[in-house]
Amino acid sequence: MAARPSGGENRLVSLPLSRIRVIMKSSPEVSSINQDALFLTARATELFVQYLASYSYKHGRGKEKRALTYSDLSHTAEECETFQFLADILPKKILASKYLKMLEKEKRDGEVKEEEKEEEEDESEEDAES
Amino acid sequence: MAERPEDLNLPNAVITRIIKEALPDGVNISKEARSAISRAASVFVLYATSCANNFAMKGKRKTLNAGDVLSAMEEMEFQRFVAPLKESLEGNRREQKGKKEARKDKDKKADSEEQDKSREEENDDDDERMEEEEQNEEEEVDN
Repeated sequence: MAARPSGGENRLVSLPLSRIRVIMKSSPEVSSINQDALFLTARATELFVQYLASYSYKHGRGKEKRALTYSDLSHTAEECETFQFLADILPKKILASKYLKMLEKEKRDGEVKEEEKEEEEDESEEDAES
Repeated sequence: MAERPEDLNLPNAVITRIIKEALPDGVNISKEARSAISRAASVFVLYATSCANNFAMKGKRKTLNAGDVLSAMEEMEFQRFVAPLKESLEGNRREQKGKKEARKDKDKKADSEEQDKSREEENDDDDERMEEEEQNEEEEVDN
């Protein structure tokens, strides 16, 4: 068997172990990681990528056009409990135009409430006076 | 050590390949989707590490081991990964052992005086696996 650089490519896992280790070590409470744990984390990440992709494709609308879209992923994060830890980094997206309409509606609703409040105050003042 | 943002990302080419392997042929993956999956993968590593670390701490150990990672998978509701992970681990251990023996044979040929020393080392697999650690890693031997 040809010698391979340590920590480098391993045909049982494609993700680079060195990079996985950097991410793991960025966690402050972690002191050391044994070689098996590093390998398993890398391999688990590959399984995770496959699972997230295939699940999202299967349950998403992108497949109507034979595509995996961001929306499929974000939908998965919202709907599937197992993937809910991703909800913050895969937020739902809305069109800018829709968002502006939402803001306008909120503003209008706010103005209507203000008007109603003023009317009530006027009425109670009238009651008080009479 | 300060990490630059790109150090916490996984290589695009590898991520793309893994995604393609999971989907039917000819399915298009938008750049946005690929980037999102890559970020999700990094978050997964962090989450898994944190979870595994909890198990290590429960066991009063400072070093994360294979069992901790497998327990983390169960905890995170990825039980489906446990069996394939165990298989991969077996395969990896066999391969590491094979590599070691191949290197030893190479050494034997290079220097025949070292022969007795190698034979002693062959009997001690566990310790050798520990030694195989990446150089920067400080390893605690937990027996």
